[in-house]
Amino acid sequence: MWDAEPISKPLVVTPTREAVQPLFDRIHGWVTTVDHKRLGIMYIVYALVFLVIGGIEATIMRIQLIRPHNDFVSPQVFNRMFTMHGTTMIFFVAMPIVFGFINYAIPLMIGARDMAFPRLNAWGFWMTACGGVILYFSFLGGSGLYGAGSTPDVGWFAYAPLTSPAFSVGHSTDYWIIGLLISGFGSIATAINILTTIFCLRCPGMTLGKMPLFAWLNLVTAGLVVLALGPLTAAQLMLLIDRYLGGHFFDTQAGGSAVIWMHFFWVFGHPEVYILVMPAFAAVSEIIPVFSRKAIFGYPIMVAASVSIGFISMSVWAHHMFTVGMTSYGNAFFVASTMAIAVPTGIKIFNWLGTMWGGKLIFKTPMLFCVAFLFQFLIAGLTGVMLSVAPLDWQLGNSYFVVAHFHYVIVGGILFAIFAAFYYWFPKMSGRMYDEKLGKLHFWIFLIGFHLTFDFMHIPGILGMPRRIYTYEPGRGWDTWNLIVTIGVFFQAVGVLIFVYNLVSSYFKGKLAGNDPWDAWTLEWSTSSPPPEYNFAKIPVVRSRRPLWDLKHPEDPDWKYE
Amino acid sequence: LSFKLGPGRWFRSASVCLCLGAVQAAFAQTGTQPGSTSIFSPASTPADSIYHLSLFVLGLCAAIFITVFSLLVYSVVKYRRRPGDDGREPPQIYGSNQVELAWTVIPVLIVVVLFLATARVIHAIEDARLPDGTTEVTAVGHQFWWEFQYPQQGFIAANELHVPVSDPQHPTPTHITLLSADTDHSFWVPQLAGKTDLIPNRTNNMWIDPHETGVYVGQCAQYCGTQHAKMLLRVIVQSRADFDRWVAEQRQPATQPGDSVAQGRHVFETTACVNCHTIGGTNAHGTFGPDLTHLMSRETIAAGAALNNRENLRQWVQNPDTFKPGALMPAMQLDEHDLDAVTDYLVTLK
Repeated sequence: MWDAEPISKPLVVTPTREAVQPLFDRIHGWVTTVDHKRLGIMYIVYALVFLVIGGIEATIMRIQLIRPHNDFVSPQVFNRMFTMHGTTMIFFVAMPIVFGFINYAIPLMIGARDMAFPRLNAWGFWMTACGGVILYFSFLGGSGLYGAGSTPDVGWFAYAPLTSPAFSVGHSTDYWIIGLLISGFGSIATAINILTTIFCLRCPGMTLGKMPLFAWLNLVTAGLVVLALGPLTAAQLMLLIDRYLGGHFFDTQAGGSAVIWMHFFWVFGHPEVYILVMPAFAAVSEIIPVFSRKAIFGYPIMVAASVSIGFISMSVWAHHMFTVGMTSYGNAFFVASTMAIAVPTGIKIFNWLGTMWGGKLIFKTPMLFCVAFLFQFLIAGLTGVMLSVAPLDWQLGNSYFVVAHFHYVIVGGILFAIFAAFYYWFPKMSGRMYDEKLGKLHFWIFLIGFHLTFDFMHIPGILGMPRRIYTYEPGRGWDTWNLIVTIGVFFQAVGVLIFVYNLVSSYFKGKLAGNDPWDAWTLEWSTSSPPPEYNFAKIPVVRSRRPLWDLKHPEDPDWKYE
Repeated sequence: LSFKLGPGRWFRSASVCLCLGAVQAAFAQTGTQPGSTSIFSPASTPADSIYHLSLFVLGLCAAIFITVFSLLVYSVVKYRRRPGDDGREPPQIYGSNQVELAWTVIPVLIVVVLFLATARVIHAIEDARLPDGTTEVTAVGHQFWWEFQYPQQGFIAANELHVPVSDPQHPTPTHITLLSADTDHSFWVPQLAGKTDLIPNRTNNMWIDPHETGVYVGQCAQYCGTQHAKMLLRVIVQSRADFDRWVAEQRQPATQPGDSVAQGRHVFETTACVNCHTIGGTNAHGTFGPDLTHLMSRETIAAGAALNNRENLRQWVQNPDTFKPGALMPAMQLDEHDLDAVTDYLVTLK
């Protein structure tokens, strides 16, 4: 059953004719592909394009807020910018980018040849892609072409009744609804695909308890997507019925309920945070062990913590609604559930620290991003605990403190982990190494920018500055902080440009990476870089969580201890 | 439950122990001047109990941060691979049940303590029984201004909420019923209380008991449309005598102007002004815009977007977009003569 070399070397039969194909055939190949690796890369590239667009929108807002009474943009444009920035970053950057990495890495890590439903996979990608295009078509399809509507300006959580026809005339809100609806279908399809792949296509020997943590955490992600996207889709359909068929779900002027929209939205919206953060945890859980040269500390506890985060995250949504006038008992329940989620999250941070403890830490770019992730996610978690204290949320909710808090989660936590994942898997995806010096430069510049922007952003919130205001009065003590926050944005922009340049130039000119540049332990590093279309010439057989460790250390394999 | 909520003694001692002087000092500077919106300069019981809870929470979070951050820095420094490393893999440790148990149980205990401290303040603020003699105000949110109804006294004001000061020994708080005429809004004056939303088709409640007279500023804290940014809010806390005097004035119908401004009144009463505004004692009964009966008793116009003086009023009537692009008041398209006349009339509405 267990032979000396369980994981076969990749066969060098990858067709090379592609390089000499005409351009049109190559494009045709990408557009019609059902290969999980190509779809993963397409998700990632698609998300990077929107990352730049969403970043430009953020920069426009920050220039407007650089000083009191600035008139860089009108209030109407500012409101469109924050709506589009939020919607873009959540639905067309963060979600596709994590789906990209999941798509790319999961089949390789569990020793499968593709996802369970390759065509559904392609369908999911193209639906998501269409959603983004429809949302952005509002720039043209709004006032430009039809003289009605414009880009959405109702905020990314689009509270009723601002979205009802009485307040949102024209079609901007319709673009928002339909764009999200369609990309939501794609996300649900992809999530079902991920669940099926993980449950059904694991290679021989890989029981659930021997899956890499990356697979476990993304199993939770996919489960959450299936559960959470439903309420959003339902709410979007109800809103469409309100707007076109005379329904009154959220139409308060006809007796509808504004609060019901909030419940629907946040029943989706809070699990969404964990949908995005789980893949970040997943990447960090792979990268920290490899660059600490140690097995992950407390694997079963990590799995249990992740699964319990998944469950608890379904019951915390109304902490976004502490100010809507729930009863004291209602508020207390959501305080308790929200604080409860801090426990498994803390356990995860401790286990990552436990993994580093006693290791030999190698500070390549991916590890640098992981250490910064730990530091920032710690702070983000603690400001989250502060906001879970409902009375404190009555003061800080909807202020810049909250904006700083969730950017700490999404940028300081998720985006840093995603950058780590980029540098970690780039050699596998492209077959070439990135430039380490540029990677470190990107890290330090982005780190400085991040802290300038989001550390100082907490302060105007404490000083009473609400979010979503296009201008403010001087003399409130907000001016200096806003100036510093805006300066930080430019550092971040430079960091991202270095990152993109590094990826592009390394793709063409980087050193060849080889199969296993990090001396890592999961199955994707056993095949060639980039892997052939079929991933593995022979389906691998594993006996532990770190099959390549077993291979490299036959005298002391993991399966003896698991 | 007693109305006079004293912050728990252990909150205080805990916060003192945790050396939060630095945090307080950083924000006290902006806190002491009038017009502060810092949450660390409370002037009313709800804001005060939140402030003391926040010191406790900050202290706890700071302690956790310092512990975990030190562990992180220690492991990064101590366990970094050094030059001349022998290249061998470090000992592989897969976990430890005792350690896992420790870092599960301790956070659970912390969370329980934090929850109890929080539940206590939630209950004290939300379920407070207000004494007799509480002033009742109904605040109605509009795009993008505030309507303040005084049902006990029978008049309506706008944008500047006048309330009596409350002596902590004999509290005379103000209870505010929160309604909305259009979209969601949120009432937030950080020195007085946390925010509570104004939601159409829903009745919300909050209360304040400002301990000192003065002007407290805040603004709408729930995105409500184009001019959300300039839906500012002023709470004017007065001594009981001043407040009663103000109430008596507000209850009067508008001053009957002399002949000099009769023309301006005529313009007002014969144009679209009357569709949206009320002036007591005239045929203007509109309710979409602020009640103008005692317009000149306010310090600001356009929900705090501009100071209330003749020049700004004239500009506002001529073109509201100067101060507040996107405000729902239309530019009135009056000729210069009518514009001056109507402004002359408005400034008589003391």
